[in-house]
Amino acid sequence: MSKKKRYIGTTITLSVLAFIWLLPTFGLLITSFREGSQAQITGWWDIFAHPFNQNWTLIAFDQALNKKGLAASFISSFAVTIPATVLPLLFAAYAAYGFTFLRFKGREFLFSAIIGLLVIPIEAALVPVLKMFLSFEKHTGIALSGQYAAAWFVHSAFAMPLAIYIMRNYMMTIPTALIEAARIDGAEDYKIFWRLVLPISVPALASFAIFQFLWVWNDYLIAFVFVGNDHPVLTYTLLSMLGQYGEGWQVVAAGSFISLSVPLFIFFSLQRYFVRGLTAGAVK
Amino acid sequence: MKDMLTAIEAVFIGISLTIFVYWALDKVTNLLPRRSKKALKPWVFIGPVVLLIGSFIVIPAIQSIRLSFMEEDIDGSTKWVGLENYKSIFGDENFRQMLGNNLLWIAIAPALTVAFGLLIAQLSNQVKPRIEAIIKSTIFMPMTISFVAAATIWRLNFAYAPEGQPQIGLFNAIWTKLGGSPQTWMQIDAFKFNSLLLIVIFIWLNAGFAMVLLSAAIKSVPEDTLEAGRVDGASRSQLFFQIILPQIWPTTLAVFITVLISAMKIFGIVLAMTGGNFGTNVLAQSFYLQYFSYGNTGIAMATVVILMLAIVPVMIYQIRHYRRVEADH
Repeated sequence: MSKKKRYIGTTITLSVLAFIWLLPTFGLLITSFREGSQAQITGWWDIFAHPFNQNWTLIAFDQALNKKGLAASFISSFAVTIPATVLPLLFAAYAAYGFTFLRFKGREFLFSAIIGLLVIPIEAALVPVLKMFLSFEKHTGIALSGQYAAAWFVHSAFAMPLAIYIMRNYMMTIPTALIEAARIDGAEDYKIFWRLVLPISVPALASFAIFQFLWVWNDYLIAFVFVGNDHPVLTYTLLSMLGQYGEGWQVVAAGSFISLSVPLFIFFSLQRYFVRGLTAGAVK
Repeated sequence: MKDMLTAIEAVFIGISLTIFVYWALDKVTNLLPRRSKKALKPWVFIGPVVLLIGSFIVIPAIQSIRLSFMEEDIDGSTKWVGLENYKSIFGDENFRQMLGNNLLWIAIAPALTVAFGLLIAQLSNQVKPRIEAIIKSTIFMPMTISFVAAATIWRLNFAYAPEGQPQIGLFNAIWTKLGGSPQTWMQIDAFKFNSLLLIVIFIWLNAGFAMVLLSAAIKSVPEDTLEAGRVDGASRSQLFFQIILPQIWPTTLAVFITVLISAMKIFGIVLAMTGGNFGTNVLAQSFYLQYFSYGNTGIAMATVVILMLAIVPVMIYQIRHYRRVEADH
């Protein structure tokens, strides 16, 4: 086989695979713009068979947003995700500095523990943490469960091992000579952290932030357990919509696209950073 | 909109508070005599996080283990029952079948995901950069979406209508065109067919991740090792299996472990596609049902402990791996 033929063969193979990969998502997108009566009786590929016979409409989006409450859920998802992404950053950066540049007893042990905790399933801690919040409420009268704050705490804590791991890996690449020089100049660690290490570590912070944003945005379990029905997030509302087909596929399809819009926007606008963030955080 | 303001407020208050806490801790330790100051300084940096991880992950995980030996009443009172919960789940045929499902996931899903990612990574390395970029984005895209959205997409694929009615699901449309009768795909448990379909969804979601990491590894294989192979007249597959694969093996293994962990913890796809019905149940899904639907705390916790035990060997492997890498530096 000539080289050129082989090259064309590879391109065709890959194109077929990519086509198969994209097809289901494409079908969902088409479905979300169809009229209910049509979506119920013909498959989405009908638009190719009868292209001039279609009643394109945005009714499904209107129904999903306003009747199914996805508009409110959209806000709830942001309200959970933004603090849960930003709040862990500084804690993790501080700890990563400690693990990278400071010597102390038990450092190796503690860091090994953090590596181990990277893979622990959330389910392992879920129920006792929930009980902890409830007993806190009983003793102080401050309700955490059912509030956004509960999800912020839990997401932040569970993000810690990964955030520290990513940031330490990054800080290891900072030349120690730089730190030593600052120390000789009389700078204390507090100052070295704020003036030198934190500004250099911005790319690692960004990688983690992108990963954490998507993780929290797409999370169902923590939002279900700690925020639940009080402020249903997108995944929560969508899952309950999946159970009711009464109004047809187009409404669920539109709902899914509303939830997809944010990750897809990040994906296409920040592709390079996005891939870096997702792969850096993929051990979770 | 009020919720949005709450969130933004929380960000500002939270960050100010964090900065203040670290600042105050630093100032307080500065007041100490020189020797204890030196010993305490590192803990200013890592102490808060150790506290956070301890109180939200480590201690709760230990409490979960403790609860797995207890029984909880509706009023919240607990009593020690020893190994009763474990006896009861291992005596349950459904539970044993479920463990079989978890093993099926572990045995098939990670290997296929990595193999598929490797295939795309290797093939896309041989086409024009522009085409490569488009193909890679397409394969990677599902990685960005939630399992609920993925479930919507695949439920539409598997949609069922009785015989004679128009099929709006892709699978049944093709199947009936080929002369078959419409199937409720998610309910076919012969030869674990429905679980295998769930694994297809898993591969669809995760192959992109494997592809991205493996592609980067393939691109870093030194050109002169490939050239040497070509001079010796190696075929394309010989080049791949004898020159490229050995060099990217450490990355392949790391990707495999990562995908293995997510296959062990598999929950969302099962929850949204079948709810664990039709013989597709897995440990994490069972925990969810036992605790949140049936209120069987003890049974739920015993299920979680088994999941944790299954993950411990991987955990140990990861720590050892990290120590080896660290020692090489």
